[in-house]
Amino acid sequence: MSTSQWEPALTNPVSDERDHIQGPPDAPVTLVEYGDYECPYCGAAYPIIKEIQARMGDRLRFVFRNFPITTSHPHSQQAAEAAEAASAQGKFWEMHDILYENQEDLQQQDLLVYGERLGLQVDRFTTDLAEHIHLERVREDFMSGVHSGVNGTPTFFINGRRHDGSYETETLLGALERALSRET
Amino acid sequence: MSNTSGSHPPMLLATGSEAPAFELPCTPDQTVSLTELRGQPVILAFYPEDWSPVCSDQMALYQEVLPEFRKFNAELLGISVDSVWCHLAFAKDRNLHFPLLSDFEPKGAVARSYGVYRTKEGTSERALFVIDEDGIVRWSYISPVGVNPGADGILHALEGLGKDSGS
Repeated sequence: MSTSQWEPALTNPVSDERDHIQGPPDAPVTLVEYGDYECPYCGAAYPIIKEIQARMGDRLRFVFRNFPITTSHPHSQQAAEAAEAASAQGKFWEMHDILYENQEDLQQQDLLVYGERLGLQVDRFTTDLAEHIHLERVREDFMSGVHSGVNGTPTFFINGRRHDGSYETETLLGALERALSRET
Repeated sequence: MSNTSGSHPPMLLATGSEAPAFELPCTPDQTVSLTELRGQPVILAFYPEDWSPVCSDQMALYQEVLPEFRKFNAELLGISVDSVWCHLAFAKDRNLHFPLLSDFEPKGAVARSYGVYRTKEGTSERALFVIDEDGIVRWSYISPVGVNPGADGILHALEGLGKDSGS
């Protein structure tokens, strides 16, 4: 053990059973985001990811993992738990999108309104949040990120390797296209 | 790795060396001494300055990971050349609940003793040290000043301490 360089890489491989995934399982490129629903930079990345998904289509698999930095963002943990609670009722991505489109409104009562809007079973959703049923899951995501070298949000991994460049559309798309050309 | 600062690359204290002792203020009326922490691992996180965006993200991340550091019984110390009053305001604003040490007078003396002072800028490098319970430097890392080094290296080093000691 000594002073050394290391290349940050995803320690927990993408799991079809556990992860929130958009795009085909056999897509040649996988983009993993560690994000925080209250982080303005993640908010800025949100439409960029949508555009990249539209442009890459079936060549891209996108995975979202929780990385709430509550020290800076006091509502980020409960927002992450709300997304997981929605996931328990099959509506993860719907909630993910609502949260990013309403980053200024992530109070408890806002989350309940979103749950209702998505047609969730409100009792179950409310209980999940009140009893922090999904807290552990969110923490597991967070720690997998810490061990993988996530150093802020959003942090992206392309086919398991940390993307240290910018996440502006063309830069991120370029990095994904390069990964694609290595795979095909 | 390129050195964009224009200052000479400092001589980073080698792993296996005894960590230089220090006693620095963390508030106007409290100090922290490295010697007093003998018997538990210490994480020294040198950073250039309070308030600069990368530092803030880095310290916020460490606050969030603090429970994991504590599982190793490790003490986390942030350290920069800022004054104690600056540290107090910074810690309050950012909700940081670990000591931020003030390497203020003589300026940067502790950073110099660890080989991580940037003379041109008058601040320290963004450097991490993991010191074992016997006060020996077991891991160190200098990050490019603009890059948040994350916490994975620290956790990896702390995991290694237990394995190496065999106790």
